[in-house]
Amino acid sequence: MCAARNLWSGLLFGVGAAAFVDETVFHQLLRWHHFYDKSTTDVGLISDGLFHAFSWFATIGGLFIFADLRRRSALRLPRWWSGVLLGSGMFQLYDGTVQHKLMRLHQIRYVDNLAVYDWIWNLIAVLLIVAGLLLAYRTRKDTLHEE
Amino acid sequence: MKNDHLVHHLPASGDPAVTLGGFSQPLLALLFATAIILYIVAAKQTGRHYRRWPVSRVIYWIAGVLFAWLSVAGPVADRAHTDFTAHMVGHLFLGMLSPLLLVLAAPMTLMLRTLPTEAARRLTRLLKCRFSRLMTHPVTAAILNLGGLWLLYTSDLYSLMHTYPSLYLLIHFHVFAAGYVFTVSMLYVDPSPHPHSYQLRSAVLLVFLAGHAILSKFIYAHPPAGVPAEQAQAGGLVMYYGGDAIDAILIFFLCLQWYRSVRPRQKGGRKLRQS
Repeated sequence: MCAARNLWSGLLFGVGAAAFVDETVFHQLLRWHHFYDKSTTDVGLISDGLFHAFSWFATIGGLFIFADLRRRSALRLPRWWSGVLLGSGMFQLYDGTVQHKLMRLHQIRYVDNLAVYDWIWNLIAVLLIVAGLLLAYRTRKDTLHEE
Repeated sequence: MKNDHLVHHLPASGDPAVTLGGFSQPLLALLFATAIILYIVAAKQTGRHYRRWPVSRVIYWIAGVLFAWLSVAGPVADRAHTDFTAHMVGHLFLGMLSPLLLVLAAPMTLMLRTLPTEAARRLTRLLKCRFSRLMTHPVTAAILNLGGLWLLYTSDLYSLMHTYPSLYLLIHFHVFAAGYVFTVSMLYVDPSPHPHSYQLRSAVLLVFLAGHAILSKFIYAHPPAGVPAEQAQAGGLVMYYGGDAIDAILIFFLCLQWYRSVRPRQKGGRKLRQS
């Protein structure tokens, strides 16, 4: 139960953190893409809204589960980090494939050689997921040893 | 002036008579000031018989009343007649920030402590009745809150509101009341006769958050009747990011209550209470 909760806490926080970074860095600081780049509505709008709500809730909720694990001396940091890597990677891959390509809600940047950006964006996502999976595998026996 | 862009006919901006549907400003000021004074008097009074009333709650109450006041009177309210962005700032204050602060001030607990026994009993009965159970159910509260907003911004209601002062009053009251009841259904600061699980409340809050975000993007792309596009975009951004900021506080307190409720007993094994 403890290994799973460490993973979940990290996963939730990872999703939230990746969504936060995307919004702060790419929407607001670099202004590569925006709040809403499309003037028609479709499923993308709803999916984006739900995902945004989930990630916002996950950031805070994930940290509270983190605090709860710490309080119980059940925190296993490597296991937690594997969740963070998985969560942020999964968010970025979802954003890069479903939101950018399938729903075409917005693109990473509005330039001619968009493919380069898409590949880098999604490759980073895959790398994060692979790293997360490896770490999750190595920490799979990271369960609570009663002190 | 921005007025030139407006399509529909608004009453003269800043006319105190229309700011809140015929309510005169001094009367409003009296109402809000009374709310603050009554609370402070009750908080002082209750300290004599019970544990001292926390100062933080008094601050929450004063701030909550002031934000509600700011949304119906003063510069923000005046500009809201002609400027959709100001309107949205006012609505965030009235529908989200003020209710949240007021709920955190635990007014019902204070009232139950201060009222004479018989009156307090009657109030408790009222809070326990089937109607109040239905209204404070997270799902009902969320539908009333979000449904009202969708109706307001996607129908002619928004422009009608500026034509009929009584409608203006009614809608503003609804925005506040729905915001308050929704917050009450999420956070249990006052005694809650019909508590619901954290899972249910989190799920409803998630859907509510999503609906709020979707509506703000919808407004960004589809300006409500009579609102110029650039104002709708700015207003949509205010609703989206402002809503996030206030919701972060709401989520924080919901999680904090969960965190306290699952506090382990001394040896870190069993949970106190799990909902």
